[in-house]
Amino acid sequence: MIPFLITTFLAFLGYLILTAGTGNIGLWSVTELIMGAILAVVTGALTRNFLCRSRDYRMLNPARFLRLLVYVPVPFFIELTRANLDVAYRVITGRIRPGIIRVRSNLRTDLGIFMLANSITLTPGTLTVGIDEKTHDLFIHNINLGEGEEKKEYFESTELFSLINLPAWIRKIAEHDKEAP
Amino acid sequence: MPGILDLVTYVLLGIGILFNALGIIGLLRFPDLYTRMHATTKATTFGSIFTSLAVIVYGLGLFIGNNDSQYLTLAIHAFLAMAMLAFTNAVSAHALARAAHKSGQFPTPAVCDRLAEAKL
Repeated sequence: MIPFLITTFLAFLGYLILTAGTGNIGLWSVTELIMGAILAVVTGALTRNFLCRSRDYRMLNPARFLRLLVYVPVPFFIELTRANLDVAYRVITGRIRPGIIRVRSNLRTDLGIFMLANSITLTPGTLTVGIDEKTHDLFIHNINLGEGEEKKEYFESTELFSLINLPAWIRKIAEHDKEAP
Repeated sequence: MPGILDLVTYVLLGIGILFNALGIIGLLRFPDLYTRMHATTKATTFGSIFTSLAVIVYGLGLFIGNNDSQYLTLAIHAFLAMAMLAFTNAVSAHALARAAHKSGQFPTPAVCDRLAEAKL
């Protein structure tokens, strides 16, 4: 029942966002509201087993959601800008020293690793190539390794981001609360 | 007021086009698949975020000026396009890189390759 409600609510929200500005009840017309509600219920009934497959509802906690909403436009965007300027410099000068390194993620949940891998991929200069499923290590293609860094067996995930500790943010958003650090 | 919004739109468009252009230059300059993907998939994502932001500012500016809801729709849809672009780009870049590495396309100037050593 809970997965059905969550899916229906998200589908309705998506419909409302796509049809904003069609009428004058708030921003929506009556037809759109009724049609959106019907379609959302149908969508929720059909796809309820896909969205919450793990039956783990920790992301319903509003604190996690608010952190996610702050995470994307502020700390993540700052890192994105910094890394883009760095890659722009490398494009112009052609100074690269590429290599694939192993990075310890220290994250347990699928969502946490997904967020870390995507954050790493979206910041230019680092690209997630593979994941070790057992140890949850990530393999990162780095465009510019420092001198001698290729000899290091492991990197910590915080070493990839120079300005802000993004892995700590991800841990607060996506990981279980009662886990040993 | 409209003058300022127009200026912001132009600046955002300029930044976006600059980064898109740098992505293309990187595609031509870099030596192998992985380094080229750094340039194309991600510099262009950053550029596209800024061009989408330009559309959002333009749409919101017209919405505030005219109070015509079609411009609000324009801004919201541009925002959704930006969010989808950022998400799908990261996932597809990862899929491309993984597929390339699995099919034996190793990074050719590279100081180390831990993934090939790990033999997963």
